[in-house]
Amino acid sequence: MKKSTVQNSIRPWAVLFWLLVWQGASMALAAAYPHGYLLLASPLSALVRLGELACTAAFWRAVGNSALHIFGGFLLSCVLAVLFAAMSARFRAAREMLSPLVAAVKAVPVVSFIILALVWLDGRDLSLFISALMVFPPVYLNVLAGIDSADRQLLEMAAVFRVPFRRQLRGIWLPQVLPYFRAACSLALGLCWKAGAAAEVIGLPGGTIGERLYTAKVYFQTPDLFAWTAVIVAVSVVFEKLFLALIDALVRKAGG
Amino acid sequence: MKIQVHNLCKQYDGVPVLENVSFTAGTGVTCVMAPSGTGKTTLLRILLGLETADSGAVTGMEHGRWGAVFQEDRLLEQLDAMGNLRFVLGPELDPESAAALLAKLGLGDVGGKPVRDFSGGMKRRLALARALLAPSDALALDEPFTGLDGENRERAIACIRRAAREKPVLLVTHEEADATGLAARIIRL
Repeated sequence: MKKSTVQNSIRPWAVLFWLLVWQGASMALAAAYPHGYLLLASPLSALVRLGELACTAAFWRAVGNSALHIFGGFLLSCVLAVLFAAMSARFRAAREMLSPLVAAVKAVPVVSFIILALVWLDGRDLSLFISALMVFPPVYLNVLAGIDSADRQLLEMAAVFRVPFRRQLRGIWLPQVLPYFRAACSLALGLCWKAGAAAEVIGLPGGTIGERLYTAKVYFQTPDLFAWTAVIVAVSVVFEKLFLALIDALVRKAGG
Repeated sequence: MKIQVHNLCKQYDGVPVLENVSFTAGTGVTCVMAPSGTGKTTLLRILLGLETADSGAVTGMEHGRWGAVFQEDRLLEQLDAMGNLRFVLGPELDPESAAALLAKLGLGDVGGKPVRDFSGGMKRRLALARALLAPSDALALDEPFTGLDGENRERAIACIRRAAREKPVLLVTHEEADATGLAARIIRL
């Protein structure tokens, strides 16, 4: 386990190396072609552009709009996935009925769903729907696995002593299921930002990160493209850290 | 209260585990004795309603509550001793009487240590304390002295004998000495 952690860790020197490669490639393209700087913006110009954008109200409105829809879709999907997982754990028919649906959502390319959903939905709701759709399978499957692996002996003990469900939930179910839910959320938070931003680029709802990315592409504003991409990564990481910290607090509370 | 077991039969995959088991257990300790693997635990699981018998009947506990020590400790490992008692007893837990019983069982100094850090013997005594404190009309104890040394075994025996003054205690064991120490009525399977 330790070996794997060392292998997968991101070292500052490696980050610096790739930033230098990026800077070098950008400079080489700029020197080789007239307007070559448009093909690949340098990391420095992307950073400068990000600083400029961050000083505008429109930037924060776009971040807020996208976050509201994408994270809203994530939360909505989490609630539904947990409810459906509980139902599937209880009723075999529900599990069997949902199984092909979940498999289909996992297998079908997200862009197919985006285009299909554009037929039904307004562009503004598209990112919410798509992020919810991407989040559902991992959260549903992991929570179901957590419920399935609950300690049957403890449940029998609780039944014999007639422990009310509320106390069973806190003492047995939550400590068992929360780690599974956490792992799913860690994966799903990254997925929903990627899929949600793609949905915004295609659906073009006004005043969102996706729309700004599209505009950057149309006008060859590569520093903007990199700046907005960095914003998506940063916001995704911040939401992931905050949400996982919240779950960790719940795990600790359920555990103690 | 009397628990009556009539002609209980149970088999797994065609192999009989219990064959026409019948007995009556009133207030006091009734020891069910048999070598390992001869259906003692199955009998207790049927009595506790965790398994159904193929035939036969158990009467006397239709509306009663069981307290139990299972073959495994079945404790919430993440919680401390008091947390485990609170999980079962809820608002009915009287911290003073719980602390007194824990002390009698030699667990007076465990503090807030989570059960996962307990030794096997400590877990067994806590499982016994939980069964003794929970509101019940009868107790089913499956090898409650497993992992206990001489002194702690004596402590546990004293607590079980006290409980047996008020309700039937069915105790499963394969140790003759346990039955003797509890002055129990013995039923051999």
